[in-house]
Amino acid sequence: MVEAALSKPENLPVGPIGRHGVGWWGISTLIVSEAALFGYLLFAYFYTGATAPAGWLLEPAPRLTLALPNTILLLLSSVVAWWAEQGIVKRRRPQALIGFGVAFLMGAGFIAVQWLEWRSKTFSLGTSSYASLYFVTGGVHIAHVLVGLVILIVIFGWTALDFFSPRRRLVVSAAVLYWYFITIASVLVFSTYYLTPYLGFGQ
Amino acid sequence: MRQPDFRTPAIGITSLELEARLLRLWETSPGLKGFLTSVDHKQIGIRYIVTAFAFLALGGIEALAMRLQLAGPNLTLLTPAEYNQLFSTHGMTMIFLYAAPVLSGFSNYLWPLLLGSRDMAFPRLNALSYWIYLASGLFLYAGFLTGNGPNDGWFNYVPYASRDFNPGLNEDFYALGMVFLGISTTVGAANFIVTAFRTRAPGMSINRLPIMVWGTLTASVANVIVVPAVSLAFFMLWMDRQFGTQFFDPAGGGQPLLWQHLFWIFGHPWVYAIVLPAMGMVSDGLPVFCRRPLVGYSLVALSTVATMILGFGVWVHHMFATGLPGLGLSFFSAASIVIILPSAVAVFAWIATIRLGRPVITTAFLFFSSMILLFVIGGVSGFMTASVPVDWQLTDTYFVVAHLHYVLIGINVFPVVGATYFWFPKMTGRMLDEQLGRWNFWTMFLGFNLAFLPMHLTGLLGMPRRVYTYNDYGGWHALNLITSIGAFVFAIGVLLLFVNVLRSLRSGAVAGKNPWDAPTLEWSVSSPPPPYNFAVIPTLASRHPLWEDRLGNQGVVSNMERGMLLDEGKETIATTALDAAPDMVLEMPEDSAAPVLLTLGLAVLFVALLLKVWLAVGIGAAIAALALLAWFWPRSELRERTPAHG
Repeated sequence: MVEAALSKPENLPVGPIGRHGVGWWGISTLIVSEAALFGYLLFAYFYTGATAPAGWLLEPAPRLTLALPNTILLLLSSVVAWWAEQGIVKRRRPQALIGFGVAFLMGAGFIAVQWLEWRSKTFSLGTSSYASLYFVTGGVHIAHVLVGLVILIVIFGWTALDFFSPRRRLVVSAAVLYWYFITIASVLVFSTYYLTPYLGFGQ
Repeated sequence: MRQPDFRTPAIGITSLELEARLLRLWETSPGLKGFLTSVDHKQIGIRYIVTAFAFLALGGIEALAMRLQLAGPNLTLLTPAEYNQLFSTHGMTMIFLYAAPVLSGFSNYLWPLLLGSRDMAFPRLNALSYWIYLASGLFLYAGFLTGNGPNDGWFNYVPYASRDFNPGLNEDFYALGMVFLGISTTVGAANFIVTAFRTRAPGMSINRLPIMVWGTLTASVANVIVVPAVSLAFFMLWMDRQFGTQFFDPAGGGQPLLWQHLFWIFGHPWVYAIVLPAMGMVSDGLPVFCRRPLVGYSLVALSTVATMILGFGVWVHHMFATGLPGLGLSFFSAASIVIILPSAVAVFAWIATIRLGRPVITTAFLFFSSMILLFVIGGVSGFMTASVPVDWQLTDTYFVVAHLHYVLIGINVFPVVGATYFWFPKMTGRMLDEQLGRWNFWTMFLGFNLAFLPMHLTGLLGMPRRVYTYNDYGGWHALNLITSIGAFVFAIGVLLLFVNVLRSLRSGAVAGKNPWDAPTLEWSVSSPPPPYNFAVIPTLASRHPLWEDRLGNQGVVSNMERGMLLDEGKETIATTALDAAPDMVLEMPEDSAAPVLLTLGLAVLFVALLLKVWLAVGIGAAIAALALLAWFWPRSELRERTPAHG
């Protein structure tokens, strides 16, 4: 090993190439920590629900008409973000710009629909522990979507400035990975609050 | 300027020109600007250590005030309210502002030197982690100094901490301060993880990591996963107090035990996080003075990891008396008892190292070896409270206070002071005084045991913890007086350490590269090391690169004189995660104002949240966002964007 390293040094990449770089490890570690945060939020829901007396669920049969399509909208925005990253990988800048722009609009649409969904609720933040969990978990998720939107707009700007190439694009890949995480978290939050009551949790 | 995407690093030997060139590339600029923008892990590490010791002194003074109050029955030096703030602030200070940060400080300083690298993987993140630690510490102490310190114990149970029972700002300072501090812990832990896996010297495969690296790495993985639990718990508490949510209030369908679960899901892994790196210090430092390698390296490394994995499943042993179902308690009791196995592996490995070695008695050796005894005492009392019926008898008594101080002082403070004697020469170029060191050790050791050994008995006699005074019926007077005397003797011992440090900084004997004749990489560079650490990147062939000639392994030769130069910019080498084969050339960032500006923005944000000044919340968030934008702006010198715009 020592002899090989010193007598025949290899040709090595200088700085990050594609996704290959320490920044990729950094963003992955951050996502693990963020995923744990959502895990604890959902733990709080299930623990409080499991130990609460009957009648804890304020909505035994949550209405899915807005929430389900909205979750699908955000999930699809991940596909769009992937397609935008492919635009960078394949040196098709217009594709990347359109992709990041559309993903941004889909994320913004998600927040708008979520706002309508919140306004349609008959309970508010302080009504009960269920209501507090509902709004705070959703609120933490929306805060993440907002951060994701800022990231998307910044990446859009940097792409417009022609900063990236197939080799030098780690920051783009990290941003897209973070966006995947935000959309997957929305599926977990949605499933917990809108689907588990139909499976019998908290009834 | 065209920058090649690939390069074969030049191999060469150290020369004066090379060192001068590297110094120009790596040196922090002088003055205030350099102070605020430095990303040098050695400067950051020393700041961490100094700040943590300052908090240790503050927490110690708080403890002494309490011990004066408790020296006799029915004393009135402190009011109950003052006592509540003192014991809560003492716990918060020692656990959150001393014990973890001091280990981060040593790891920050030492890791790149131990690993054969020129800096941490993310130097700016490292600076951020320190600045947020400092800012959140000041935030928490601003509460204490204005009479708004935490006053429901460091673990802060609801409903004591709810607004109905605690209407002041005390708990809001604590809640927001802890969320703020959590950012520092998390980013610091992320940095350690990536550094351990990606920026080691070629040849330092995963089975050649120093145990201290194993300890901090394991603790960091735990921190990344569990710190969000306590941040969330404190955030929920703040929401309950200020915005009328019902998380913890049974009247609104809330669950008070949720607080305890979230707190201890964090809290118990955390107590391992503040001892495993310190156990690593002993595993690396003790063998140097036994003049032989650590016995059972692989077992000790694996038991470090095993302790942490088991540590995720023991949190309910803090909640045995809360009325949870018996089946659940027995599972957590069993897990808490099983954790003895990996702990015992480490203890027997240290004892065997001393037995099979030729011990050289130095102050560092005394601190490291005495830790074994204190660990066993603290471990046995922990084992007792892991049993549910015994815990029901002992919980909330001084027995638990004695146990946790044996664990935290025994396995954190003693190794840390030993590490100070051991690595101070590397950090400053001067030796600490050994004569004063003996006084230092024996005062601390005798004072500590005088204070805390009788305290087990105080607890067995039934004295409850967290009471501001007691009357004389229980027969607790004499024991409390002994504890108070011991506490002051211990404090004098800590003072002797500070005296020794201050004296030796000016007049200590000059250390040289390797005053202890130690085997690992940090001792191959000058004391203190140059800003770039290694003029050529070392290449490792064993765990003990400086002892290879005497360990008699034929043909095993690490190379510290000849290696990659990496002098075409501020560069170091990234290696593969397990084998540490050269993987890529890392371009390292220059000094940056972004971390300190981001911290400033966050500090404005948190103060504004506390006072509910929403405009200032927006300003703080905007400063933070701009600092992040500047931080992540793709730079061609870091190869983050295409060279066409370079």
